[in-house]
Amino acid sequence: MTTISAAQRAAQGEGRMRINVTPYLFLLVPLAVYFVWIIFPTLFSIYLSFTNWDGISPIPAPNALSLDNYNRLFTDRDFGMSFGNNVKWMIVFLTVPTTVGLGLAMIFNTDIRGARWFKISFYAPLILSFVVIGTIWAWIYEPRAGLLNSIIVGISELLASIFPFVTPLERGPGWLADRNLALWSIMGAAVWRQCGYVMILYLAGLKNLDPSLIEAARVDGANGWQLFRRVIFPLLGPITTVVIVVSVIDSLRAFDLVQVMTRGGPGGASNVLANFMYIEAFNNYSFGYGASIAVVLLGLSLFIVVPYLYRTVKTELEY
Amino acid sequence: MTDTTYNGQFSPQTSGALFQPRRKPLTVRRVLLYAGLLILTLIWLLPFFSALLTSVRTMDEISLNGFWRPDLNTLTLENFTQAWEQARVSRYLGNSFVITLPSLFATLFLSSLSAFALARYKFRLALPLYFMFVAGTMLPFQILLLPVFKLANDWKVYNTHWALIIIHTAFQMGFCTMVLRNYMKTIPNDIVEAARVDGCSDFRIYWQIIIPLTLPAMAALATLEFTWIFNDYLWALILVQNDALKPITAGLASLQGQFTTNWPLITAGSLIGVVPTLFVFAFLQRYFIQGLTLGSGK
Repeated sequence: MTTISAAQRAAQGEGRMRINVTPYLFLLVPLAVYFVWIIFPTLFSIYLSFTNWDGISPIPAPNALSLDNYNRLFTDRDFGMSFGNNVKWMIVFLTVPTTVGLGLAMIFNTDIRGARWFKISFYAPLILSFVVIGTIWAWIYEPRAGLLNSIIVGISELLASIFPFVTPLERGPGWLADRNLALWSIMGAAVWRQCGYVMILYLAGLKNLDPSLIEAARVDGANGWQLFRRVIFPLLGPITTVVIVVSVIDSLRAFDLVQVMTRGGPGGASNVLANFMYIEAFNNYSFGYGASIAVVLLGLSLFIVVPYLYRTVKTELEY
Repeated sequence: MTDTTYNGQFSPQTSGALFQPRRKPLTVRRVLLYAGLLILTLIWLLPFFSALLTSVRTMDEISLNGFWRPDLNTLTLENFTQAWEQARVSRYLGNSFVITLPSLFATLFLSSLSAFALARYKFRLALPLYFMFVAGTMLPFQILLLPVFKLANDWKVYNTHWALIIIHTAFQMGFCTMVLRNYMKTIPNDIVEAARVDGCSDFRIYWQIIIPLTLPAMAALATLEFTWIFNDYLWALILVQNDALKPITAGLASLQGQFTTNWPLITAGSLIGVVPTLFVFAFLQRYFIQGLTLGSGK
């Protein structure tokens, strides 16, 4: 026994001394690409956020760095509005698609008739690009002939024909052209897509649950709601974590739909940080200021990335 | 159709699904639940219906009759041909493939290399590098935007398909490496050890043993990544200016500016643009769903 452990120790010691180059050979190209196009740009954005670079002239030297951009953020009302819109987006994403998705997953996990086709209907929006979703929904929201206002006006006419005191609507709301409705209208399209995603995640989670635990609870006399509240939902904990991470990340990434449907308008009312950053950099040539907005986005995402990574680190080390 | 649907279909077999071991009787409540579900699903499909119906009409006819009263005699496929030829959707679609397929192969290949190194070797940087890739998947794109724009200009790939191929390859590598590495970890060590004893080189272990065993995960990743890269809009907007080089997403967005009020044409173009991902979805649905849940495995 002692000889073996001594031999092992020797082998380990040798292993520690000699660096095995093989894994690095495999990593060489992938890491080079990753460093040049992902890691370096991330750090470089942080650097740029301290400059007043316009995107064309030479990049300002390190001695010209200042906190001007960050000071400007605090007083910029457009920034405040975009930030607030991101927060609204995040709150909606953390509540609506999560609840709907979980509910749908619970329903379709049973052998309800036609579950397959129901499921396909709900996750079909996932294959569409945001540009297509934005286009389809912008047309739905079109004030005069769009699907939504056609329904609203139709219903108001129907009501007016039944109740004499109701005056039929001449036309419905302007949705995307309305300062108070634009953001919520865009989020409607986003939620339409997101529900199916959450449903898929929960369905996968439900499939992996141990049936014996459910059965045990049932034998103990748990009714449907108790079973869900006390047994199934806690068991789905890991999936819920993923759903929360995905919801937050996706709400910070919101860009395409806003760009396609309103370009942040009217008057910046539906801007989110990602669009505001794009406008500042590529329309106003304030690359430095744009970079500082991107850093804020990065900072916000760290709130979710760091705990998630910490959790991953912990499971990896146990493993 | 609906009658048969309601007819006792709620009572599953005794050995049925997880949450219904007991036979449930057909009750008014369950019928109502099912009806509610049907209505919700139909509402969910309304956007598709709206797009399909609009794409075969003309804007004049819609303005005249309203959305819900289409004149069936005037339905036309004109919008599709016009979108395909005049609105250059054919061109945009071709560009999308030219960008997506090389990116897909490059990112899967490079990721399999890094995943192999991270999964099968013990070295000091294995975990830190893995965490770096995981963190990278969660970055907001905006943090990369300006430097990548600058890099693309410096490397003289701005306004070419190369710029998009490079950034997609690089960005998707994080997610692919994470998924493949976790998958490769599950391959039993005995297989690799046996091969090593037989004098198999490291590269052959990678190429002839690990890769074939990783193919299921690769297939799932490929379908998902195809959809993601194909549907990208942001990078196309930032890195390509020339209209003739735009992929379908950016192309459709510029159609909107060009044919502002011609919704039938724009919707027809969008529907054409959906066909490739729809195709992938229809035939590789299993893999697509697997792919979506791959990242949430642990």
